[in-house]
Amino acid sequence: MIRKPVRLTLALLAVLALVALPAATKAQGSKGTLKIATQSPLSGGQAALGEGIKLGAQLAIEKFKGGLEKAGFKVDLVPFDDQAKPDVGVANAKNIIADKNILAVIGHLNSGVAIPSSEVYKEVNLAMISPANTNPTVTDRGYMNVNRVCGRDDVQGAVGSEFAHSTLKAKSAYIVHDKTTYGQGVAEFFKADAEKKGIKILGFEGTEEKSNFDPILTPVKAKGPGLIYFGGIYDQAAPFFKQASEKGIKARFLGPDGMDSSDLVKIAGKAVVGMYYTTAAGPVTVFPKAKEFSETFKKKFGKNPEPYAAEAYDATAIALKAIEAVAKSGKMPSREDVAVAIRKVKHGGITGEIEFDSKGDRKKALYFVMQVANADPQKWGDNKLVKQLTIAPPAVKK
Amino acid sequence: MDLQLLVDIFPQVVLDGIILGFMYALIALGYTMVYGVLEFINFAHSEIFIIGAFVGVELLLGLQSLGALDAVPWPLVLLLALLVGMAGSGLLAVTVERVAYRPLRNAPRLIPLISAIGVSFFLQDMIRLFESLWHNAFNLVYPTIDALNVRLELTRTIDVPVKSLVVILAALGMLGVLWVLVNRTKVGTAIRAVAEDQAAASLMGINVNRIISLTFLIGGAMGGAAGVLFGVQYGLINPYSGFIPGLKAFTAAVLGGIGNIPGAMLGGIVLGLLEAFAASYLSLLTGGAFGAEYKDIFAFSVLILILIFRPRGLLGEVVRGRA
Repeated sequence: MIRKPVRLTLALLAVLALVALPAATKAQGSKGTLKIATQSPLSGGQAALGEGIKLGAQLAIEKFKGGLEKAGFKVDLVPFDDQAKPDVGVANAKNIIADKNILAVIGHLNSGVAIPSSEVYKEVNLAMISPANTNPTVTDRGYMNVNRVCGRDDVQGAVGSEFAHSTLKAKSAYIVHDKTTYGQGVAEFFKADAEKKGIKILGFEGTEEKSNFDPILTPVKAKGPGLIYFGGIYDQAAPFFKQASEKGIKARFLGPDGMDSSDLVKIAGKAVVGMYYTTAAGPVTVFPKAKEFSETFKKKFGKNPEPYAAEAYDATAIALKAIEAVAKSGKMPSREDVAVAIRKVKHGGITGEIEFDSKGDRKKALYFVMQVANADPQKWGDNKLVKQLTIAPPAVKK
Repeated sequence: MDLQLLVDIFPQVVLDGIILGFMYALIALGYTMVYGVLEFINFAHSEIFIIGAFVGVELLLGLQSLGALDAVPWPLVLLLALLVGMAGSGLLAVTVERVAYRPLRNAPRLIPLISAIGVSFFLQDMIRLFESLWHNAFNLVYPTIDALNVRLELTRTIDVPVKSLVVILAALGMLGVLWVLVNRTKVGTAIRAVAEDQAAASLMGINVNRIISLTFLIGGAMGGAAGVLFGVQYGLINPYSGFIPGLKAFTAAVLGGIGNIPGAMLGGIVLGLLEAFAASYLSLLTGGAFGAEYKDIFAFSVLILILIFRPRGLLGEVVRGRA
């Protein structure tokens, strides 16, 4: 039990704090606070990548907020954890649109989460710039507020099958996917293009299994494909490939950008050394301008930037640039103005020149084929760049 | 459709199913023993099971960082991991019973059930919190013991890794010990007496609370051993890994006849086989129309059919007599 005078003091202090805090923030940003939200999985099996997106955005805000602060605004980052789940992403999105000061969203990691969440942003024309969502539907809906700085799965799937056909000389392939919008989507694009190129598809299998892949692998082994393609994310792909290799399957392994995390080798070890993956997010080492980013990141957070951290950095920089352009008038920018301004930004980012087309795709997106070089997760950055392509997004199919 | 292929993989599928089945059987024992004694379904058992896996992996990682993993012969390492995992899960199960179930023993039956679900959520997030603070990791990887990954070629199309044999042997061994313990020892007689009639058992001088604690200890320890074997077999665990296998094991226990120890084993193996067959054969037999993703639907449809015709499970439910 707290004695009365103490309680009174505490209550007074609380009241004082309530009065004093807003006053203190006022002094910093006299014209109000502008917020940028990130949405990515910060907990769960894909947290490594999601955390990278958040930290990339944080670095960009620290670096580029100067202009807006001079204009009298305070700039804040509000990170949300979408847990890689569509329902959580949508619930967060509703909270985000309720906060009038949030002018742009950087996210998500998973296309299956981004698509329903962006329907919510669309209601208020809140701009979303995605660092990582490669599913074509994300931009093919033609929303004015949805953009991405990465490539697309219809191209990525074809890049993969082209590589399998002409470089790996694969005659047959077995495809497994994770049944998500992203994983199944890219697997289907791979399949369609591989069939065109004459690669025989021995199986196309979806699974939500996370630990025991034995029963799926038994027919794979019996059919003896030259290549196994896994459309999905590393936390599921790693045990899959590990068990495949333990089962004595000799096929080559290939996957999309969902493989691109040091956790892949952390889980699967030497089973995935030498495997290939396509990605729409190049390793920071291929971008000369990203060196400084990579060093700052490491100094500040004590770890190497995960894939998509650099993309999140660029996406955030674009959002800030657009907000700054709108805020020139000195008024609090509106969400719609910001969304319109984002389409006009030309940004020389650390991942190259970025400019959006009329549906929000990057005008010249980059695609890479990478090979896992080392079983040590610390050396994920040493993965070998096998091929680099710049491809414009395909025209909208009517 | 390639008939030869179907025939070729058949033995391998049976083997996959049996391994999975023994895993389910070991977990199912925890459900079934507790149900046999208390008529109460311990929904926290899936977390008790996965904590065994976490304790085991911590031990192996510890040994690895000391460089002792390769120095000590692997059967010893595995035995140690099993014992530590069993101790961890067993003690946890006893604690959970003491804290969350015993105070509710005379409450309406739904109350301890809700308490059990609460404990299950609590434990999941406890592990998550602990592992993220300790390793900053969500997924934990079992260190590879090379000797366990050696594959024995039985024929051209079938081979079996040493670790799967270990799983089968360990499961058989533990089931044997458990059977002897329950049916051939004084303690076992006491357990059966408590299951039959708590009041009468206590009049005969049996300390009912101690026997119930012991039941949880044994069931938990079996779960812990299953956890370690699960980790060794599949290599990757996370705080939520226990949930689905736990649910399936519970189903296996019901399928075999809940409260019935041989029933739990039979139920586990039937379920494991159904799952393995569905996952391997569905897409081959339907030309890709139904794939491995339907394995649970298929397995559970068969279960519903079995339970329609044998509502008390394959070997019959064992319920204590009511005086």
